[in-house]
Amino acid sequence: MKMPPLLKRTLAQREATLTLVILVMVVSMTFASPYFASWLNAESILLGMTVEGMITIGMVILLVSGGLDLSVGSTVALGGVATGLLLTAGVPVPLAIGLGLSVCAMVGLVNGVLIAFFDINPFIGTLGMLLVVRGIVLIISGGQSVLNLPESFTAIGQSKLFGLQFPIIFLLVLTLVWDVVMRNSRFMRQSYYVGANEKAARVNGINVELVKVLNYVIISVLAGAAGIFFAARLGTAAVTVGTGIEMKVITAAIIGGASLSGGTGTIIGAFLGALFMGILSNSLNLLGIDIYWQNFITGVTLILAILAGGARPNWLRRKAAA
Amino acid sequence: MASTLKASGLSKSFGTFKAVQDISLEIKEGEVLALLGENGAGKSTLTNLLAGVLSPDEGEIWIDGNETQFHSPMDAQAAGVSVVFQELTLAANLTVAENIFMNRQPTRWGNLIDWRKLRRQSREALERMQLKVRPTDLVADLSIGQRQEIEILKAITSNPKIMILDEPTSSLTEDEIRLLFDNIRRLKAEGMSFVYITHHLHEVFEISDRVMVLRDGRHIATRPTVELDENAIISLMVGREIQDLYGTPSAKNLAAKPVIFRAENISLDGQFEDLSFAVRETEILGISGLVGAGRSEMALSLFGMPHLTSGRVEIDGKPATIRSPGEAMDAGLGYLTEDRKNIGLFLSFPIRANMVSTQLKRFTNRLGAIEGRKTMAFTQEAMGAYNIRNATPEKPVGALSGGNQQKTLFTMWMSKHPRVLIVDEPTRGVDVGAKSEIYARIREFADSGHGVIVISSDMPEIMGLCDRTLVMHQNKIVGDLNAEDFSEERILSFAAGINPWTKETCL
Repeated sequence: MKMPPLLKRTLAQREATLTLVILVMVVSMTFASPYFASWLNAESILLGMTVEGMITIGMVILLVSGGLDLSVGSTVALGGVATGLLLTAGVPVPLAIGLGLSVCAMVGLVNGVLIAFFDINPFIGTLGMLLVVRGIVLIISGGQSVLNLPESFTAIGQSKLFGLQFPIIFLLVLTLVWDVVMRNSRFMRQSYYVGANEKAARVNGINVELVKVLNYVIISVLAGAAGIFFAARLGTAAVTVGTGIEMKVITAAIIGGASLSGGTGTIIGAFLGALFMGILSNSLNLLGIDIYWQNFITGVTLILAILAGGARPNWLRRKAAA
Repeated sequence: MASTLKASGLSKSFGTFKAVQDISLEIKEGEVLALLGENGAGKSTLTNLLAGVLSPDEGEIWIDGNETQFHSPMDAQAAGVSVVFQELTLAANLTVAENIFMNRQPTRWGNLIDWRKLRRQSREALERMQLKVRPTDLVADLSIGQRQEIEILKAITSNPKIMILDEPTSSLTEDEIRLLFDNIRRLKAEGMSFVYITHHLHEVFEISDRVMVLRDGRHIATRPTVELDENAIISLMVGREIQDLYGTPSAKNLAAKPVIFRAENISLDGQFEDLSFAVRETEILGISGLVGAGRSEMALSLFGMPHLTSGRVEIDGKPATIRSPGEAMDAGLGYLTEDRKNIGLFLSFPIRANMVSTQLKRFTNRLGAIEGRKTMAFTQEAMGAYNIRNATPEKPVGALSGGNQQKTLFTMWMSKHPRVLIVDEPTRGVDVGAKSEIYARIREFADSGHGVIVISSDMPEIMGLCDRTLVMHQNKIVGDLNAEDFSEERILSFAAGINPWTKETCL
């Protein structure tokens, strides 16, 4: 039986299969739990995934260009704490946020320069930065979370627009904008070439170093913004926030169709990956499944997602290509 | 005719090694200049100078009468020089259209890609070159040959004045080569010039107008192709007469020799079915056919990658069960891959570590440690025997020329003395000098009481080297020719699925 090419292509896209899986989950959860299909629960899922969702966008951009960032969790904390400290020192809200994001951008700059110009492996470079940045957070805060943030700031994380929490709207807008940009702008499209074949990208006149550095800056700014939203929502900038989030984000990005070998991934996929993880954890809670099972189940899902993506031994793949 | 590109006195050294010395050349409008030389003769350095990948230490380049200096491949491209390198520079995860117009996609509204225009331009370019590929196909789904075609198309669409093709046919099928040559002739007529680098001399005669030969970084000769024949070119290239590239077969009475290897009704689900053949002691058996006829698949499967789904394999009359390469090696089989870079060699490892990798046990002492002195002695001896020059045992294999890499691969497998050695495209990307040495080794190995199976798309190689050849077509063995029946027409005919005598379809 021959499928029409368009249908085949659509089904081959991770976004399509993932949407289907999410729909199946939603439908079955609606029957399994009376609390699932409610506006309140939907909002809590979306709100719960804003931090991961925003960073996953950056992680997919980075994975597309062949990079990886393990330092995002520390950068989340840095964004919140730096902004919080500035606010308590009396700096006006917009300026404090701007400076907080700039500090995070510096983290990305360092990551990017280490990896692009000093040829340090992304895994190692950003692992080092994970510790460095977490250290900076603890040093500047004296290990104390920043409490009692001003109301003019917390409003960002707690107010509503069109009946939706503002962070949710921000995530949705960010996803749509970045999706269009990554799909259609020639500038950001360079990331795909860099990730798929760095040498080819160079020969074709792409400034590989610029692309890499920029992508590390983008993810750090997104992580910083996520940290600021999170601090605003809680009214507190905690120093421990974001610990271990890098693995959740990479998981979401990979489930969403990005690959550690570079060159593939979409922003919609990133969103769907994060949404999938959000619904999964929400469902497990509603079903009363022990919290200890959640890591286990997430891990199995990740591996299944890779297998579904057609992981095959190298030599078999080579043969199929020949 | 006007000259499009002129270069004079080009020199380039790497440390004390003079890769290119005082080379001048001239490429006329609408001509094909074949650039020939053994590996290490300076072809790639010269190419890189013309393409802007390297800057010359001395010398000048003029394009259309203007002196130019290239600081990057982009400069050269802007001046009208495009190169198709041997390694592919495509992004496999992206579509054909995005690859053809890599980083040159048409845009609108500032920076947004105009997808419709991109697809249209790609379709037009593909049609102009008669390629049967859709702009929306993923490069990852294309065959190696098709990828090569896209690579060439990518260079053509930048409308260069001069196109440098580095071994463009190494992974193309016969049909694809014919199509490439048609396209070159058409573009030539439109005024495009070509520098054509190849190891296949028959291509030189088919497509080139002039021949330029390099040796040891120096210019040896530039002559019109019609004034040369194959022997003349070879002696220019190697600086000595190679009497007979393939060597002379020793007198052997094959019929009296025992069968050393027998495959009976072997099948691999979804690939091939019920193939049978045998090899006698000292025999060199060829397997020819077009790319994609299933030759390598059969060989790999005999070697257990993936293992046969049914059938019987005998080595020295004893049945052999082969489910993995390890079992194949234990049974006395060796397989020398066509893909030395990916599955043949450990490119980043030193020569020494590669040479012993097929037989680590032999170099391991009782405590389980590998004996450095033993491996070193072995490697030095092998490098001497195989004439692997300009290298120490500690040099990474990836830094060697194609010929020396291939010789390393041969050492790895032959020194293990498998009863039967399968060699897949033994001289791909190897220069003439190394070729003749490799052929001599293959003969020597067979004569010492082994069997050799040679898979090759190079027809002269099959006819010059083998005692007998099978021909495969669409996963079936359709022809079996003895040396006295060899002819290019017959082999090609079988490869196309037609019996050359009866003119009947073989299937």
